[in-house]
Amino acid sequence: MALYEELKTKFPEVVKEGFQEVDGEVVVCNREGFLDLIAWLKQEKGFIHLIDLCGVDYLGYKPKTFEERFEVVYHVFNLDERKLLRLKVRVPEEDPWQYSITSLWKEANWFERECFDMFGIVFKGHPDLRRVLMPEDWKGYPLRKDYPLFSEEEDWEPYKVLVEKYKRRG
Amino acid sequence: MSLVLEVNKKQKGKDSWEEPFYLNMGPQHPSTHGVLRLFLELEGETIVNCDPIIGYLHRGIEKLAENLNYNQTIVLSDRLDYISSAANNVAFALAFEKLFKLEVPRRAKLIRTIVSEMARICSHLLWLATHALDIGAMTVFLYCFRDREWLLNIYERICGARLTHTYVRVGGVRRDFEPEVIEELYRFVEEFPKRITDYETLIDTNRIWLKRTKNIAVVSAEEAFNLGLTGPCLRGSGVSYDVRKFRPYDAYSEVEFEVPVGQNGDTYDRYKVRMIELRQSNWIIKQCLDKLSETEGELVLAENSPDLLMPEKVREVSAQPHPKLGVMFKPKEKEIVPVGEAFASIESPKGELSVYVVSDGSSRPWRLRIRTPSFVHISAIPHMTKGHMIADLVAIIGTLDIVLGDSDR
Repeated sequence: MALYEELKTKFPEVVKEGFQEVDGEVVVCNREGFLDLIAWLKQEKGFIHLIDLCGVDYLGYKPKTFEERFEVVYHVFNLDERKLLRLKVRVPEEDPWQYSITSLWKEANWFERECFDMFGIVFKGHPDLRRVLMPEDWKGYPLRKDYPLFSEEEDWEPYKVLVEKYKRRG
Repeated sequence: MSLVLEVNKKQKGKDSWEEPFYLNMGPQHPSTHGVLRLFLELEGETIVNCDPIIGYLHRGIEKLAENLNYNQTIVLSDRLDYISSAANNVAFALAFEKLFKLEVPRRAKLIRTIVSEMARICSHLLWLATHALDIGAMTVFLYCFRDREWLLNIYERICGARLTHTYVRVGGVRRDFEPEVIEELYRFVEEFPKRITDYETLIDTNRIWLKRTKNIAVVSAEEAFNLGLTGPCLRGSGVSYDVRKFRPYDAYSEVEFEVPVGQNGDTYDRYKVRMIELRQSNWIIKQCLDKLSETEGELVLAENSPDLLMPEKVREVSAQPHPKLGVMFKPKEKEIVPVGEAFASIESPKGELSVYVVSDGSSRPWRLRIRTPSFVHISAIPHMTKGHMIADLVAIIGTLDIVLGDSDR
């Protein structure tokens, strides 16, 4: 918990809470000022390796203890101290956005694109925010919990177009 | 708006005489190793801009996993990097074991280490074969496939499958090794180093090979971290970062091995690193086989490992006192797995493969995030190809060792 204490004194307005998990420390942050925090971690504390960036949708999650719907989770690793740190930023459903960290890691570019693709979280300051895995004209965000796993054939857009076409032909 | 549309707009009403040349490479191009599509902006033969377009093999594994139980998701992990599926199985199992707080028996740990190192050899052999074929060395291809075939036959003997194993289970492995398998593996371990020497004599000092790989796609150590390269690509740039050393899992803490690093960070160094890794993997397998005899007769699956068919809901009836009606029996949904989250990462043959799992207490994961090395490596292609010839692009795709099943998930 040493790092949490340090972060708490350095960025009292950004850090919300922190706890110890099985695999490392977890620090929950506010959206505002997050960029300064992660830049400081990278430049001063040696967390130079960004392992992962992902989104999580907590719609209807029973053991939930917070209000916001989404969470953006960062995993950063310090090579010298062999320390794994998990940073979490909670994002409300009404304005789903978060600051982009592409200025710090080019690697984050595609991670953020994927997060936008799957959850619809917009990353402010991202140079090229478009879908990665899904087709460009896809509607909806597949990894959201309210997105169905199987959709009815009649709901499929090309099918509707086909039906329309044959109706007009008579 | 996509790059393709932008280009169409730009080109409209313009004389294309002095315009840059646009080329679509893939998704059916054989040297893109699957269904990778590269949209290239060329100036003569030099690459000015490159836009990788993926998603042709997207199967929604993360979404599917949310609707399957923990044991069933391991089957999906085979389909990520289908060349080294045993390593993927281990990554999933490690994350779930951390979540369930399971202790894996030592024999199972050793077996897992052997199996994942075999996966590394398989993957590196296939990489060497296709990389050499892309660059123009045909002979290596056939030799490498011969040795890979040997390993696949051993895999078949171990678990009955050649490519999609699902051999590793949460809490251990599915079944123990047969004595014949251990004998065959010993034979392989004895023979294989000679074979590696053979391959190296074929291409190590080959003039064409050197011309095609030296000083191609040079990445500095700092740049490699910036681009998120992991595995042999990062070590080729001189950083000795290996998950097996930094966050040891399974039996890696009890075996000895070296982490090879390159110096220049070019394609040749990455090739060298992988060749040394083949030898190291071979050595690790040998050590594990020796240790395996110490644990003869032990269990290979933890006793409290979850059942294969985890129930969707378990109801627990609790007795509660009521002031008027006496004792009331209330059914309550019981937690099948602990609530919480876990993160595990392994050194897969291609790079760092990490799994982040969030559980809500039911038998299905709430969220299963897979960070695959190929996804990140493909995103690095535009930065690495800038200024290179179009023929070098093939070498760069080869040196990054990408598998599209891994990146598209």
